[in-house]
Amino acid sequence: MPKLTINNIEVDVAPGTTILEAAKQVDIKIPTLCYLEGCKPIGACRVCLVDVKGFKDPLTACSTPVTEGMRVETNNRTIRKARRAVIELLLSEHEGNCQTCDRNNDCELQALASDFGITEIRYPGEKAKQVFDASTPALVRDSAKCINCRRCVTVCNQIQGVGSLFPQGRGYDTFIGPAFCNPLKDVTCVQCGQCAAICPVGAISERDQVEEVWNYIDDPTKFVVVQTAPAIRAALGECFGYPPGTLVTGKMTTALRNIGFDAVFDTNFTADLTIMEEGTELLTRLKKALVDQDKNVALPMFTSCSPGWINYAESFFPEMLPNLSTCKSPQQMFGAVAKTYYAEKIGKDAKDIIVISVMPCTAKKFEAQRPEMNASGITDVDVVLTTRELGKMIKQAGLDFDALPDSEMDAPLGISTGAADIFANTGGVMEAALRTVYELITGRDFPFPQLHVTPVAGLKGLKEASIKLEGLLPEWSFLEGVELKVAVAHGLSNAKKAIERIKSGEAQYHFVEVMCCPGGCIGGGGQPRFTDDQVREARIAAIYREDERRQLRKSHKNPAVQELYKEFLKAPLGKMSHKLLHTHYKAKEKI
Amino acid sequence: MVTECCTCSCKTEVPECELWARLNETLDEYRGKPGNLIPVLQIAQTLFGYLPEKVLKHISRELDKPYSEVAGVVGFYSFFSTHPRGKYLIRVCLGTACYVRGGKEILNSLKKNLKIDVGETTEDKLFSLEVGRCFGACGLAPVILINDKVHQRVKPSKIAELLAEYKSAEETKGESR
Repeated sequence: MPKLTINNIEVDVAPGTTILEAAKQVDIKIPTLCYLEGCKPIGACRVCLVDVKGFKDPLTACSTPVTEGMRVETNNRTIRKARRAVIELLLSEHEGNCQTCDRNNDCELQALASDFGITEIRYPGEKAKQVFDASTPALVRDSAKCINCRRCVTVCNQIQGVGSLFPQGRGYDTFIGPAFCNPLKDVTCVQCGQCAAICPVGAISERDQVEEVWNYIDDPTKFVVVQTAPAIRAALGECFGYPPGTLVTGKMTTALRNIGFDAVFDTNFTADLTIMEEGTELLTRLKKALVDQDKNVALPMFTSCSPGWINYAESFFPEMLPNLSTCKSPQQMFGAVAKTYYAEKIGKDAKDIIVISVMPCTAKKFEAQRPEMNASGITDVDVVLTTRELGKMIKQAGLDFDALPDSEMDAPLGISTGAADIFANTGGVMEAALRTVYELITGRDFPFPQLHVTPVAGLKGLKEASIKLEGLLPEWSFLEGVELKVAVAHGLSNAKKAIERIKSGEAQYHFVEVMCCPGGCIGGGGQPRFTDDQVREARIAAIYREDERRQLRKSHKNPAVQELYKEFLKAPLGKMSHKLLHTHYKAKEKI
Repeated sequence: MVTECCTCSCKTEVPECELWARLNETLDEYRGKPGNLIPVLQIAQTLFGYLPEKVLKHISRELDKPYSEVAGVVGFYSFFSTHPRGKYLIRVCLGTACYVRGGKEILNSLKKNLKIDVGETTEDKLFSLEVGRCFGACGLAPVILINDKVHQRVKPSKIAELLAEYKSAEETKGESR
């Protein structure tokens, strides 16, 4: 165990720890613009310079491993000057325009410039070349703001295993982007927005659609409804200075009403509906495989709620598409139900209803504009905002978020259960599905303590569990004694691992949950910045609290969903369900 | 020898399908080996004379590497070209030794004589112009490379003469054919 001192404080660390990580252990802050937890450090930004006794020049704390007896100083005249010079050099190339930048007040470079008291640009000179890329539905990129930190490259290649972004060219002309600096649409990008979530500056952001939503709200001929994904309530508070993991469901609901939405609904409602459809689909597939010996039925079945994952599967594993549940994501189910069932209920034409989604996700922007997502006859979901965009809207509306009272969502599409809440985090869709499927086939209460399936919870990349199915109701007796094997993956490189295990025969699962982003939707590309594992854990804990405080915690107990089936859909996987709630996938070329 | 290929109408010295077959052999040899991208790109460029988009996308797929990464590597090294190059590739060294001994003037003279800029090819497809950073011949500075041949202690005033030699050699070849 190497022992070192940082600013004369003794620190014991595990071998291989870097100076930056060691400093974190003793709460010494070292600024950095390129470090990403859990990824190989590359020392690209040079901001984390520290003095190490015995070395003539400062070293980068992020990429220097600790050695026995090392003496590190993070605050002396040399270091302050060196870091300041690095920041000034970054600023000299960076197209600032802070006041009109999407990242104003949410920018790591701006914050550092402020911390270091930089009031002038001492090195005026050539700026980075500006290429503005708005070629994809979800993301916009502005190369003039890029500081070449390469966090996006790391997250896109290492965490997601997609590889749309890579440094192009060299030296001063280095450009971080798709092949040959072409538009993003020319390469495979799953639109997950993890790059936008970790970009320290305004070089990659979601497409800002706030104005489109205001236009709909201001149009008196439109009845504008809003749905919020389960992950929003555990993160929106961060836009207003609340610590990560603060639940703001009630305030958010009031804010949405005050903004001017005609009805405030919940994607949770269709998350419960998804469980009814997806759970039934799983049981149907199992029956086809076990009873009918149908060789064509694809198992394991994969969840299909995460549009980034769908994009990934379509490009990287087209051979697995038959294994994807045909269920649309809760967002799209909501749009389809709102513009048919709900439209009929309130006596309006689908074309007069506008569905706005608030999602933790940028890929949802892509999903909403997929041509097949028009089950109601017109576009089911009109505009998708990220959590960050909703935060901006609340500020634009002049609402004092802190002072807002709590309120409840509207009926019927705002009624939901705790099973829907946990769709927000990795393992949650699996747990929600198991709560319902188990009760459906056994007629008994779900036997897990507090209803949580702990083996599939938490931030481990690929999680596995199995449940022995015993004492089943007569109609499900074909499953008697079957050990139901499930797996949960989050982050696309973990999804790849799961698929490889299946293909090699190492693992035989029946049901696999995949969420595109690390931690699940609570760590989505549209969530408030900055999301690290500590933030993920805090948000997940909040989601479980939300679930646990509920009276109803199982999707099949949702009275509004039961009514929807009774009045409109009739039965899960029925004719109407197929028309409105299910979809198909198409293989795409991987570039 | 000029041959016609069954699947393409190209009239190159080696039919295009043959080039692809050789590329695929190379890919088979290197697939799964760490550090395989650069050697494969080098061989591909030798085969095709440059790295066309179709070839790069094929390499990306076959080596299971993102196209953006492949493009990033191609763009990093001046050795690689994504455009067809002329018969003679002229590389002007702008490394420190050559630079201080007039590399820049040589480059300007070449640009003027060839009427092309860096990265371009003359209309007759005879010459392409590139710059390099040190060919390891600093003692002979300033140097230029024409294909594999090193020309040492080059003078800007002699550039026209040098180019003329290459041109006349080409013409003689053309006549004897």
